[in-house]
Amino acid sequence: MIRIEPRQNVSHLYAFFVPVLAAVAALGLAAIPLYAAGADISSAYVSMWKGAFGSAFAVSELLTRATPLILTGLAAAVAFKAKLWNIGAEGQLYVGALAAVAIGSGAINAPPAIMIPLVMLSGMLAGGLLMLVPTLMKTKLGADEVVTTLLLNFIILLFVQMMLEGPMKDPMGMGWPQSEPMSPEATLPKLFARMRVHWGLIIALGAALLLYIIMTRSVWGFEMRALGENVSAARHAGIPVTATYIKVGLISGAMAGLAGVSEVAGLKGYLTSDISPGFGYSGIVVAMLAGLSPIGVIVAAVFIAAVFVGADSMSRAMSVSNYIADLVVALSLLCVLISSVFVRYKIRFITPRLPKAAREKEI
Amino acid sequence: MEYLDILLNASFWQAAIRIATPLIFGVLGALICERAGVLNLGIEGIFVVGAMSGWMAVWLGASLWGGVAVAAGCGALFGLVHGILTVPLGLSQHVSGLGITMFATAASYYTYRTALPDVTSPPRIEAFKPLDIPMLSDLPFIGEALFSQTAMTFLALFMVLAVAFVLYRTPLGLAIRAVGDNPAAVEAQGLSVYGLRIGAIMAGSALMALGGAFLTMSAFDAFFFGMINGRGWICIALVVFASWRPGKALLGALLFGAFDAFQIRLQNEVGAAVPSQVFLMVPYVLSIIALVLVARKADYPRALLQPYFPGQR
Repeated sequence: MIRIEPRQNVSHLYAFFVPVLAAVAALGLAAIPLYAAGADISSAYVSMWKGAFGSAFAVSELLTRATPLILTGLAAAVAFKAKLWNIGAEGQLYVGALAAVAIGSGAINAPPAIMIPLVMLSGMLAGGLLMLVPTLMKTKLGADEVVTTLLLNFIILLFVQMMLEGPMKDPMGMGWPQSEPMSPEATLPKLFARMRVHWGLIIALGAALLLYIIMTRSVWGFEMRALGENVSAARHAGIPVTATYIKVGLISGAMAGLAGVSEVAGLKGYLTSDISPGFGYSGIVVAMLAGLSPIGVIVAAVFIAAVFVGADSMSRAMSVSNYIADLVVALSLLCVLISSVFVRYKIRFITPRLPKAAREKEI
Repeated sequence: MEYLDILLNASFWQAAIRIATPLIFGVLGALICERAGVLNLGIEGIFVVGAMSGWMAVWLGASLWGGVAVAAGCGALFGLVHGILTVPLGLSQHVSGLGITMFATAASYYTYRTALPDVTSPPRIEAFKPLDIPMLSDLPFIGEALFSQTAMTFLALFMVLAVAFVLYRTPLGLAIRAVGDNPAAVEAQGLSVYGLRIGAIMAGSALMALGGAFLTMSAFDAFFFGMINGRGWICIALVVFASWRPGKALLGALLFGAFDAFQIRLQNEVGAAVPSQVFLMVPYVLSIIALVLVARKADYPRALLQPYFPGQR
């Protein structure tokens, strides 16, 4: 007979290795679609590895891709920890980017020391306020935030398209629906010459560290975790439930908004309506792989970025569709979910027998 | 007065019913899963799977109804995965569902791209044609609005009756409703909680896939990337609006279809004065409004989102 028992205490080493195994399993399972596409499997993996880690340039591309994923991963991790299901990071990223170009493309002129914090703050505020809407709908009206945040993604993307074709369209943009470029003062500097990786990475790492401290060392963090464990117990313990949900929503939305700022101010230089290839959704996978830990998010974001960058270069070299990257990312989520069973529970094979007292009586 | 003219036009109602059809499938599918106690956020991806697999089967030479069967089967398979993850393993229904959506979408896109590596315009199939029923299709107004739909629309309407009948008039339906409200009681009856829940998720997912298949095999005749565009999420909102009842689900989907058809016609009337995106937002805004309107008094199935392990109290 198989019995599933909860583990009393989970060793940190075990909790670390399980997501690693899940990531390896997801990469391994990718052999099936690669085989179906008729690709040479071993050279496909080599090509993916080289594409992600093969040169300084590849690593720079990898870190460039990891930057928004760290921030959207943090957005999901903070919210999920409190069981606030923010699936709207995609939309919050776009409003963050929109706020950044609204402020940073010439509306205000100031030195970088003022402009960059201003642009970051406005993006975070925009993302946070957008998340405030579904959070209040949840706490005041009881509307499920999963559906509202998901639907808001579509609304925001249309809104951004509307702005880029209308009031915020670049008159010098040759008719393309894109915003005016960010002013040099509002642009995040590159970290190295001739590499695309930029200061957004440092900001993302700082945000992860800050959130780690908030989550583990502050009263706020305690309240958020308590909410995630058991809402009614938290309420009875005197934790202000609504206020905590609002805090979580604001922080989560702000992180996703910051991802948008980092993309326009650090990488693209202007806003288009295809600036994010689903960073908001991949952030959920990052957060789950990280076990919702802010520091773990950094590692998980690098892994997911490596999958995207590696698969991109592999698909160019071997004519395999680059949807293979989305497939690996989705498989990672499912694998880490399944492996979480092994972290929380142990599976024991036992032979059923009578309780001890009953056995003694029989003798 | 122009607005009234729109409502009195039979072609408007024809469009409303056509827009509502995939939602009827989707809401019914989500309703069955949730009635059994499991939220299925895989719906968006299962729509994509249904759209792709049904179309692909026909493109490879299957008959239209063969394609419908393939779509339903593929949907049920993804439902099985969601079922295993959420029922015996008791994992988070939110995260598992999102994972299924990502996996199903990526798998469909990858399969399509691998089968058709370098097509620029999507290949077309011979899709379902509007039925031409003698007498009925010639009726004024009703004939155009209702009886010139394709067979899949009638399948959707039939499914409303079938689901309502099974849920409220059969022992199986009673068991499904009970397992979503009080699984311990179902276990006490000697029925399998796992079996009922997984079965319900598979059946519901098959219906969701039919919603997707309607798009590629009836509304259009080709598969496009991004063609589902949030229809699945809209169904999740509508099922709350419908308070988990098949009849109200039909009503909700039709109301939604009517609003959507109305905004398309309004868009033509108003012209360029209002940006087109404002109209395109309408379906999503409507879904949020529908959800907010009923949220306070929504009577969720009592065991929704709660895993159940037999033999444990």
